This record gives sequence, structure tokens and C-alpha cells, in this order.
Amino acid sequence: MEIISPEGLRIDGRRPEEIRRFNCRLGVLSRADGSAYLEQGNTKALASINGPHQAGDKAKIKHDRVHINFQYSMATFSTNERRNRPKGDKRSIDISQLMREIFQSAILTDLYPKSQIDIHVQILQADGGNYSACINAATLALMDAGVPMKDFICSCTASLVDSKTIIDVNNSEELHFSNPLLTLAILPTSEEIILCQMKSRLHADHLEDILKAGIKGCKDIYEIMHREVLNHVREAAAVMNAT
Amino acid sequence: MLKSRTFVKKTRKGGVVKVVQEHYLRDDVWCGVIGCSSCNTTQAVLDPQCLNVQSNLCPKSHFIIPDTNVVCKQIDILEENCIKHAIFLQTVLQEVKHLSASTYRRIRDAIANPEKKFYVFSNEHHKKTYIERGKDESPNDRNDRAIRVAAKWYQKHMQDNCFQTDIVLLTNDVENKEKAVQDNLTTYTMYEYVMALTDSPELMDKLSGDFEDDEKNQIVFAEYLPLSKIQSAIKAGRLIQGTFQSSRDNYKEGFVRVHGEEQDIFIKDLDSINRAIQDDVVAVEMLPKQEWTKPSGLVCRDVENNENDNAETAGLENTAREEKLENYIADALPSGKVVGIIKRNWRPYCGILLPNPNPNARRFLFRAADRRIPRIRILTRQSSNLLGQRIIVSVDAWQRKRRYPEGHFVRRLGPIGDKETESEVLLIEHNVPYQQFSQAVLNDLPTLPWEITDDDAKQREDLRHLTICSIDPPGCTDIDDALHLTALENGNYEVGVHIADVSHFIRPGTAIDIEAANRGTTVYLAEKRIDMVPELLSSNLCSLRSNVDRFAFSCIWELSPDADVIAARFTKSIIKSQAAFTYAEAQLIIDDKQRNDDIAISLRSLNVLAQALNKKRLDQGALSLASPEIRFQVDSETHDPLELVKKELRETNSLVEEFMLLANITVAERIYEIFPQCALLRRHPSPPLSNFDILLKSAAVKNIQLQVDSAKMLSTSLAQADLQDNPYFNTLLRILVTRCMMQAVYFCSGTLAYQDYCHYGLATPIYTHFTSPIRRYSDIIVHRLLAISIGADKTYPDLMKKDKVQELCNHLNFRHKMAQYAQRSSVSLYAQLFFRNRVTKEEGYILFVRKNAIQVLIPKYGIENTIFLRSADGSELPFIHDEQNLSLTYQDITLQVFDRVLVEIAVEHNEIQGSKIRLQLLEPQVCSFSV
Ligand SMILES: [Zn+2]
Repeated sequence: MEIISPEGLRIDGRRPEEIRRFNCRLGVLSRADGSAYLEQGNTKALASINGPHQAGDKAKIKHDRVHINFQYSMATFSTNERRNRPKGDKRSIDISQLMREIFQSAILTDLYPKSQIDIHVQILQADGGNYSACINAATLALMDAGVPMKDFICSCTASLVDSKTIIDVNNSEELHFSNPLLTLAILPTSEEIILCQMKSRLHADHLEDILKAGIKGCKDIYEIMHREVLNHVREAAAVMNAT
Repeated sequence: MLKSRTFVKKTRKGGVVKVVQEHYLRDDVWCGVIGCSSCNTTQAVLDPQCLNVQSNLCPKSHFIIPDTNVVCKQIDILEENCIKHAIFLQTVLQEVKHLSASTYRRIRDAIANPEKKFYVFSNEHHKKTYIERGKDESPNDRNDRAIRVAAKWYQKHMQDNCFQTDIVLLTNDVENKEKAVQDNLTTYTMYEYVMALTDSPELMDKLSGDFEDDEKNQIVFAEYLPLSKIQSAIKAGRLIQGTFQSSRDNYKEGFVRVHGEEQDIFIKDLDSINRAIQDDVVAVEMLPKQEWTKPSGLVCRDVENNENDNAETAGLENTAREEKLENYIADALPSGKVVGIIKRNWRPYCGILLPNPNPNARRFLFRAADRRIPRIRILTRQSSNLLGQRIIVSVDAWQRKRRYPEGHFVRRLGPIGDKETESEVLLIEHNVPYQQFSQAVLNDLPTLPWEITDDDAKQREDLRHLTICSIDPPGCTDIDDALHLTALENGNYEVGVHIADVSHFIRPGTAIDIEAANRGTTVYLAEKRIDMVPELLSSNLCSLRSNVDRFAFSCIWELSPDADVIAARFTKSIIKSQAAFTYAEAQLIIDDKQRNDDIAISLRSLNVLAQALNKKRLDQGALSLASPEIRFQVDSETHDPLELVKKELRETNSLVEEFMLLANITVAERIYEIFPQCALLRRHPSPPLSNFDILLKSAAVKNIQLQVDSAKMLSTSLAQADLQDNPYFNTLLRILVTRCMMQAVYFCSGTLAYQDYCHYGLATPIYTHFTSPIRRYSDIIVHRLLAISIGADKTYPDLMKKDKVQELCNHLNFRHKMAQYAQRSSVSLYAQLFFRNRVTKEEGYILFVRKNAIQVLIPKYGIENTIFLRSADGSELPFIHDEQNLSLTYQDITLQVFDRVLVEIAVEHNEIQGSKIRLQLLEPQVCSFSV
């Protein structure tokens, strides 16, 4: 199967270093302190924030910083085969743990000692790059909630097909297991890498190319996220001024 | 650009799973016309001023847009030089890819050729040419419409940009054509288009088409089951999928090889073969057990009847069916019949046109050089030019009412019997890529004068001070390997094998690398060799010639005087060989007691070590097998064979061989240690015991019991097998043993368990090829792996992927097998030329006994041929076949396996088929001749 045609188009018509259609909206859930809905191609995610609030579980209170409670889940209808996913399945717990660490590094945690922030992200529809969508959605929801952060966290995937890099890999491209799949998350301003996860093996010689492509993808996504956040703030300000 | 894109979701339903895929439409898919003002033209190839064909139909300059059917059926025409400036739509290419992988590859090759000026238009991703399937529209209709919409778009785009160039849609589909005409598109069938080309009338012969069915035939072959039914029946186990293999001996019989099964399915007659052709993937229905039969044991060739159409049905009477009455069904084979075709694997075939007695005939029968291919009917008007020539023909279809498939003429190679032509035939027939290297490949060569830079020198160990020499056959210009030996103070020896560093020049992914990988191996023919890499590398920069600095990959051991390996290391090096010897020269130096210089001393020590290594190998059970290797001394001007020479074996042959084996084994261990999943290794599976049946049966006839349980027992019992009255008996046995062996193959270490790595013939647990990178691609890969293992090179993704490496191995195995066959055919072609003007009496030995024929080997010339036992008038003699004793008896004459016979060798000339070697039995005297 040709993932990239000799004419330079991928199966869905994108060029190798183009991201998918990226749509997002902030403040979609009125009861949450912050929320965001996002679509990266056919991958759709919904994130909501509660807090910062007093920590419910005494055991988890930290005296110097906020406790982040991250919950990642996939809707039963999110993939082709309907599967019942119990809320606390092992994979989701692992991913939640990973996500918590990622966000701990960007949220200014010492501003809210002894409190807790809940982040819930649900993948409504999965079509590749689920973790990236999860990270991007959570970032937007945190922005909506007004939680202070060092920077955005933007994430994108990248892969290597016949020595050519492609970014924002969709599900049909991910299915070629033999190709490496990189999930990257960065702080776009400083280009500091927060997450660099590799599925399948890749020789170190190619790491640079694939990283470079991944960072470009993250920055493309950042452009859109940044614009959307500004729009949202402007709208909110307009509403506030009106009242 | 992101913003300007709209998107459409495409939903494909298959089974219960709903797949939703994004489908992006773009506005940056360009038209590819040079000088277009509304497009980006950096990739443009289509010249609007082109007038490369003279046509009555389209006098103006025009671009053609062929539809899927035209590409699939008329690829031979599209490949013609005069067809240029065509637009291939993505829709068409996707359909072609789905229908035929080989046609897809060919059209992609044509598109990649800059001369052709073929352009691919990604219409499925173009904003204006993408269409969605209508409610009641079949996928086919939708695609036809997509093609018309794209053609229409082109037409308008040309007008909008003030081009005068026409767009011509080529389709053979009547309905599609009608609709296109309604859309105001210029549309022709391929037939109309080609017939109107005034300056290339010969193209017409290449048109593939269904012949008009003008005769009233009864149905001959059973109808095929539809593919959908076949698939479900295979899943349910009612049918079996396999590859059809026609019998080499009898065109009316064949086998179906089932993947993963040891036992082939026997197909007993033409009705059961049901139009399957060699290599087709077929669906087989097993026959009930009581109908099982076994090969008739007859050697049968299709008669050369000058075909008139009445013979269509006559040929289907078959002997095999009559034979069934005789009762030898006891050892019947599982038998079946072909009920459907899953995939045709037709290729263009070399062969000859059979003459037709009717002087005005346009229909002819074509006979392929490959006996396993049936006759093919073709239509031609230039028969007078084609008779007596070797030509290439493609198969188009095989209808139920036809005895033979229909095809069309592709290309003329040259006169039958002509040395050049016949050489080309055997290259084509064995799928050997023999074309000149393309410019892209030559561009990858280093520029001359080539010099060693300081950078190179820094990265390599300088071994120029060592006394290194090479030993090869006379006239060898591609010297892969060289050796050195230094005595160490502790009484041990340092021995180095230095191999040409080809991987330094051939970098992964370059044009030259892709070409070398495709060729896989250098092919040695009787008079020339077809190089795997261009001559500048093979005979110059890589070749370890004497007295020049060369890059090498060195494997250096410390060996004890008993040839035990104390230590081994690998290094990229620079060497300067002191001398390039032939085997004979090296032997003379070793034997010349007067010589006591460095070279002589180290050669002698190497020789002693080699003998020790050889003894160790034989003790472990390595086989030494005989097969007559024949070489021709060829006239350097005319390339006519002058003399047959049997390869002489000297000690020095084995000297070099032993160290090469040791190097290969040492390297195999190393790369397997570092890359357990993706090392390229070579294995030689031990043959299943049933393979030895014919050997044991033959030996038993002479009261010799052979032990075949292990390689070691086999070689011991072979060493003892001798007959007083037949000094050649032992060699014959060893020849038979080679026929029982499995093929040695390359494989990727990650695909098998360690115990399956072993090499039966060499009796070593692990083996690979390292020592001949100039002429084998496998060795280049091994070099790369080894270089990475010592930190001298970088990896690339395909090298580290198990499935990619295995894929490459399969390809290399195929190329090696074909190269071997081509080599053999070349030797027999030269044998034929050699015997053209002489008649020789020579002694031969019976290797196999068949029902109506014997197979005779003539050791002196390495010729092996079948002799049919017939009386002077051509009728078969009633020989009685004794299957137990492997003999044929008639009156007082008995012919038994291993018997010595006296034969006359001559070349038989035949107008139709050209010449072939013919053996006639002189002693014992019966009238006989071979075919
Ligand atoms: Zn244009």
C-alpha cells in the first residue's frame, strides 16, 4: 500500500507535512470551570476542568502545590468496533498517569497549594493521534478555566514512511505497524519537549528528521489553538463589557 | 492552504464495520501542461505544441487520457516510444493497481521515464474533479464518470488558458464512449486511435483484442466459478488455492503447489487443467479418491501441427485417460481439477511463430520457448517478417471455446539460431534484467580520477604494508577477495580476508542501490557476464587489483596452527594487493620449492591451514558433491565456442574456498549476535527423507545401501560406494545426491528459530554471504550490517525491518535461481553451437529411466538429454518398463540406471524450431533419437 503516492499525496489527499483539519471551541460546557471541544480530522475530543478547588481526598493533599487529577477515557462508540471500556481500565489509567505528569510540568502548580484540579478528557471519536488530541483539548480547557500555565502544550504525531516524514498521522496510516509512530508534545515558545513517545523501533539516525517534522506539526497546531484562544478571550471580554 | 480546503467525508461500508475516512480536496493539484498560466508548472511535462504522432483522426496536437481498461489491456502500446504526452488519472491508476500489480508497475515505470512525458493528475483530490457516487451508481460507473469529468475539466482548462491542444479520451467501453460523446469530449477506442496513426503501422500488431468469434464451436472447457464463490469456498475448505505448475515432461499434466503443503495436487489432463497457465494462482477442487491417478510417466510434447482451426477440438483426446484403465492406482497422488482462476500470472513470452500453410493467413500459432506454456494464437499481417525469428508475445485471454489462448505480438528479437538473439531469449526467459544501466544509475558513480581523500584515510585502518594477494580463475576482472597471512611470535598466525568494500560506493536508497538490489546478482553466461553494478565499480574501483590502493572490508583472525580461531575482528581498511594470481599460478608457487619469498611462504602456510579447515568441515559432515561444471573457451572476436573445458580443481581452489567459508561463518555469527531480528543469513535446509527415494532406489539396484539419515552418514556411505565395473559410478551417485538436495536460500534471522538456520551442505549451524559483494547484493546488505556493528556506518529503516529484509531475501532467492537457470541454458546454447558442425561419439551414463525414454548424461561435455526409444520409422518400441529395477527391456536389450551407453551427439536442424542437440543411442543398438 502506498502511504504517499509518487505524486506526493497521502491517502486522504494531504501532503506529507500537512496537519489535518483542526477545529476547536472553548467553553462548550457551561457547568464546568473550563472546557473545550476539538476535532483533529476525525479524531474528536472533549475536555473539561473542575477547580482549582479544595482537595477532596485528604491523602492527596500536597502542601506546596496543586494536585492534578487527570482522567482519560474513550467513548464506547469512539472506534469502529464498539467496545465496552470500563472507566478504570488499565490502559486508561496508565495514560491518565502520563498525562498528569505532562501537565504538572506546565501548570504553575505552586500557585494553588493544598488544592486540586480535575481534568477529564474523553475521546469521542478515534481516528489516530488520540493522545495528541487529548493533550491539545486539555490545554484549551485549562486556558478556558484560566489556570495559569508556563505556555501552551501542543502535541502532534509524526512517522517515517520510506524515509519521508509525515505528520499528524491518521488511523489508516497508523495501521502500518512497521512504521515508527512518534507522539510529541512541546511548549511551543521555548520548543521544550514535554513528551516524546515512540511506538515501534526507529534508528537514532532518523530521530532528528522525525523530531523536526513533529515540532513543525506542533507549531502549526499551536498557531490555530493560539488564534482560537485569542478569539475566545475577545468574545468573553465583549460579553463582559456589555453587561 | 489549509483554509482553502473543503472536505468531504467518504463512507465505505464493508461488513458491519463503518469506516469513515477523511478525503481532502485541494486547489494545488496542477494540470502538468508546460506554460500554463494558472498552474504551478515546475513539474509540468506535457508540451502543448507536441505533434509526435501523425494521425488521421487527431491531426492537431493532443493529449490522450486512457481509461482503466485501455491501460490494463493495451499496456504494450502505451509503452511504445511513439506514444507520448498522456494524462493518467488517479482514478485510473488506482483501478489498474487493484486489477493487476504487474501492469501497475509497468505503467508506473513508463510514467517515471522522462522521455514519455506521461503526467499523473490526482483528480480524486482536485476540488473541481472529485465526484461522489450517485445513489444508484455502481462503483465502476462512478469511476467512469470521474474519468469523464476529469477529461472535461482538462478540455475546459486548456481552452481557458488559450491552448490549442485537444484532449482525447481513449476508452473501449461502448457506453462510456457514448456518454463522453454527449459531453462533447473527443473520444476514440484504442483500436480507432492506433489504426489512424499513419507513421507507425506496426503498432497495430500489438493491439490486444478479442478475436471475433466466427466459428461454431462446441464448448470445450468448463466454465470458471466466479471469484466471490471461489473465495467463500476456499474459506469453507471446499476448494484449495495454489499455484499451477505445468509438467516439464508432459504438457498435458501439471501440479498445483499449495502454500505450506509438502504434497502437490496432481492435475491429470487438459480438461482438468482447464486453461490454467504456468504460475497462475488457481482454485482446485479435489477429485474423489477413486479417481486419483498419478503422472503417466510419459514424456509428451505438443505436436507441431500447423494449425488450422479444425484442430481446435481435436487435441483434447488424451492419452492419460486411456492409461487410467491400467491399474497402477495403488500409489496414486491426490488429484484435482482447476475450477477457477484467482490470479493470472501471465508474462510476455519469448518464442517462435509456427508457419501456416495458407499463404494469406493472418492467424498464427506461437510456440513459447518455455515448454510449460501452451501455444498462443496471434493475429499478424507481417508473418513473412516474423517467421524464422524469435519474437515476444503476450497473452490476452483464453476463452472456453478455444483450445489455445489468444495473444498479440510485442517485439521481434532477431533470427533463430543467432547467438545474440538466443542469448537475449534466455535472459528474458529467466527474467534477468540485462539492459544498460540508466543515466540515473551512472550518475551515482564516483568521478574519475578517483582518489583516496584524507577523510577516507582517517576512517580506515591502513593495511597497505601487508603482503596481500588474490587468487581467482583466469581472466577474472571482478576480484572480490584477497588474502594475507603473517606468522605471529606466539606460533599462531594472523590471517586476513579482505573483501572489496562495495557498500562504500553503493549507498542505501540511491539509484545505483535500487538497481543493484533489483538485479540481485551478476549473471555469468558462457561468453559474457551481466553485471550487477556498473563496470567502473565491478572491474575497477571495487576490484582488488594488484598494486593499486583499494578500500576493503577486512576480517582478520588469529588462528592456531591447527586452524582453530583464537580471535576475530573486522575493520574497514585500505589495502594494496601485491599480486593477482590465477589458481594455476598460485599452485605453481606453492609447489616450487626454490621460491622462499614472503608470498610463497604465506601461500604455503595458508594452504596448510586451509587443509586443516577442510578436514574439520568434512569431519563435521559437510558434503562434497560433484556436478560437472563445463566452461567454454570462447573466441575473443566472434564469441564462437572453440573448446569445451571442464573446470579443473586445484588445491588452491579449495585454499580460497576454505577461508571464504570461514569468513562467511565468522561474519554470520557476528551480525546475528548484534542483529538477532534482522540479520540476512543463508540456510540450506536438510532435505526430507522422501527426497532420497530415487537415489536409494537407484543405488539398491546395484546392491549399494546408502545411509541418508544425516549429512555425515551420507558422506561416509557415499565415500564407500564403489563398483568394480563402473569407475564413474561414485560420481553418478554424487550427481544424483545433488538432485535430492533442497535449494540453499537467504532468509531474515527474525523469521525462523535458531535451529532452522543450519546449512546442511556445509554442516555449519549458521552461515551467510559476505565475500562477493561485487556480484551478490546479499553480501552488500551483510556488509552494511557488519559495518554498523563496528560503528563504521549508519542504519536506515528498511535494514532494521524484519519483513522488509525477508521480502528482499525472497527477491534475491528468485534472482539467484533464475541466474543459475540462465547460466545452464547458456552453457547448453554454447554446446549447441559447438556441435553445430561436428558429429561426435561419446560415452554416456543412464541417470534416469522413464517409461518410454532414458535420460543420459555425457560426463565429458556435461550434456544431459532425453532419448526416446523409437524404431527407425518413428513408432515407439514396446519396451517393458520395470519400475523396481529401473530398467527397460526389449527382446535381448536391457537398459538400466547407471548403465554405460555409447551415443552419437549431433545437432539437428529444424526450420521451425531452430537447432537442438540430438543424441542417438549407438550401443546397445536400438533405433532411437532424442527430442
Ligand atoms: Zn494548468
